[in-house]
Amino acid sequence: MDLFKSFGGKSNSKNVAKERLQLLLVHDRADVSPKFLEMVKGEIMNVISNYVEIDEDGLNVEITKERKTDDTFVPALHANIPIKKMKKNLR
Amino acid sequence: MSEVIVITSGKGGVGKTTTTANIGTYLSMKGFKTALVDTDIGLRNLDVVMGLENRIVYDLVDVVEGQCRLKQALIKDKRFDGLYLLPAAQTRDKTAVNPEQMRSITDELRQDFDYILIDCPAGIEQGFKNAIAGADKALVVTTPEVSAVRDADRIIGLLEASDVRDHMLIINRIKMDMVKRGDMMNIDDIMDILAIDLLGVIPDDENIVISTNKGEPIVVDEKSLAGQAYRNLTQRLIGEDVPVINLDTNYGLIDRLKSLFKISSSR
Repeated sequence: MDLFKSFGGKSNSKNVAKERLQLLLVHDRADVSPKFLEMVKGEIMNVISNYVEIDEDGLNVEITKERKTDDTFVPALHANIPIKKMKKNLR
Repeated sequence: MSEVIVITSGKGGVGKTTTTANIGTYLSMKGFKTALVDTDIGLRNLDVVMGLENRIVYDLVDVVEGQCRLKQALIKDKRFDGLYLLPAAQTRDKTAVNPEQMRSITDELRQDFDYILIDCPAGIEQGFKNAIAGADKALVVTTPEVSAVRDADRIIGLLEASDVRDHMLIINRIKMDMVKRGDMMNIDDIMDILAIDLLGVIPDDENIVISTNKGEPIVVDEKSLAGQAYRNLTQRLIGEDVPVINLDTNYGLIDRLKSLFKISSSR
């Protein structure tokens, strides 16, 4: 959103369009369904739960884009896993 | 040696038919024998854009069903020699033709024509599959909007999957004043996103509406910027070594005279 400011009052909606398009195409090209993400989410939860106690409601898995050094975008699987506490006996 | 080129986009209303009419007309102006094939069965429009709607006797489906010979269905253009239209049927649907039948029609056209341009319907279903069946090359038309570029990306993927690997992009209806304000994606923005080479860009031009009203492709209009842009991309299509038209500096005749006047009066 700083983009708006940096162009001194210009609306610059093309940057909004470009960002939206890039994210959209990451999804289109990866061709992932909500069901796929739910499956990934479930499996990750099972594995991680063996080691740490996690906040299941806060768990978020999504496909996003990641900017590479040459300024192109690649799809990335992002998992945000809030930890409640570590399991003592396994540390 | 002849070439079959499909003009496609995924999204409707981005200018496939107008592009087909203009490229085809300019190819024939350059002396190439050119056939235009409308594959939008049920929603034909290429005949209207070419101003040939009153001359249709037979259509694509009649040819496929053996009601007439291919040559009987081809309509000769009213302005240019060597330019012909094969109209789509209006009262049938896309399932009236299959990809094998389309391929045999394009193969037959190859014997008499240098270029065969296929106007593809919107969408990715049967009509699209028919249109690309016999194609050597695809021109993907888009506009500088999120929805149109998204659909272009999908189409590029489908073309790759169907082994039509020779494809180029046409960006239609670009408004340079909006690009300058930062309110429209420019050529570089779109080329960053799509994995395809650029054939050409066409400016948004009111004259396109006027020429479509009359049924005369704008490419014959020496003065209009869109006409100039269509000539430029057609030259690139046939392998002439010209750069993509620069819409920023390319003014019409009147603007050029104006700027000339300004320079001389300021001296």
